[in-house]
Amino acid sequence: MYMDREKALAYKIEPIPFEVERWQLRFFAETIGQTNPVYFDLEAARRAGHRDLPVPLTFLSNSVELSRPNPMSWLHDAGGDFYRCTHAEQHFKYHAMAYAGDSLMLQRKIVDVYVKKGGALEFVVKQTDVKRGDELIAEVLFVGGIRHPEALK
Amino acid sequence: MTIANCTVGMELPPIKIQPISRKLLALFAGASGNYQPVHIDSDAAKAKGNDDVFTHGMLSMGFLERVLTDWVPQERVRSYKGRFVARVPVHAEPVCTGKIIAIEGGLATVELTLTLADGKVALRGEAVVDIS
Repeated sequence: MYMDREKALAYKIEPIPFEVERWQLRFFAETIGQTNPVYFDLEAARRAGHRDLPVPLTFLSNSVELSRPNPMSWLHDAGGDFYRCTHAEQHFKYHAMAYAGDSLMLQRKIVDVYVKKGGALEFVVKQTDVKRGDELIAEVLFVGGIRHPEALK
Repeated sequence: MTIANCTVGMELPPIKIQPISRKLLALFAGASGNYQPVHIDSDAAKAKGNDDVFTHGMLSMGFLERVLTDWVPQERVRSYKGRFVARVPVHAEPVCTGKIIAIEGGLATVELTLTLADGKVALRGEAVVDIS
């Protein structure tokens, strides 16, 4: 079953509020192997011109959205087959730095659904606008690839 | 390397990643909130037809972002995108590389690649960086 594109684009996904905390930023920076002290040490961050620990480039994506229960329910509820979905692409466009202590709101919507390889692969594109009050911090695109092996028969 | 003397074709210092351990995948699950079993539970990964657990795509993007942040302050990065083209299995020892492929209007386009030890490209990325 393929997604109904019109229905998917019209589907309203619940926005997610997120409080950025130092411990999680440090944990994230450490796991990706960051060694730059600005990501760990407040004094180093401030000397570099930051008001607090900065949010790393790839933190503002699934890290935030996946912290909720049933994180892929948006796909299921919009008609997509979650079990056959793999992460195909991720795009970030940055407008401002985000920091520990920020209160963010993630506004999400499906912006495209399309099929490739004669129907064997269906792609769904979800856009997340990361806002800090009225300020747009970043635009994030999640592209999921849903396999349809039945199309190959 | 300073921003001032960047040229098209210039390669950024590569980053060799230590063998990706199951422990690291578990830590990244915690740090990123992605607890999907295929990344941290061998039984679940095998039940889905995989040989073993494999790396989160976003962990690979995290390794690769360091090529950028080792080169410039993060606030200079205007965009960063990645396409996951091959699985990165547990125990892999990928290498992250970056090359400036265009400079225009004070913005450098950087082609980023995460390559496995056997030469297979697992992640193709691209970033736009303010080098003015």
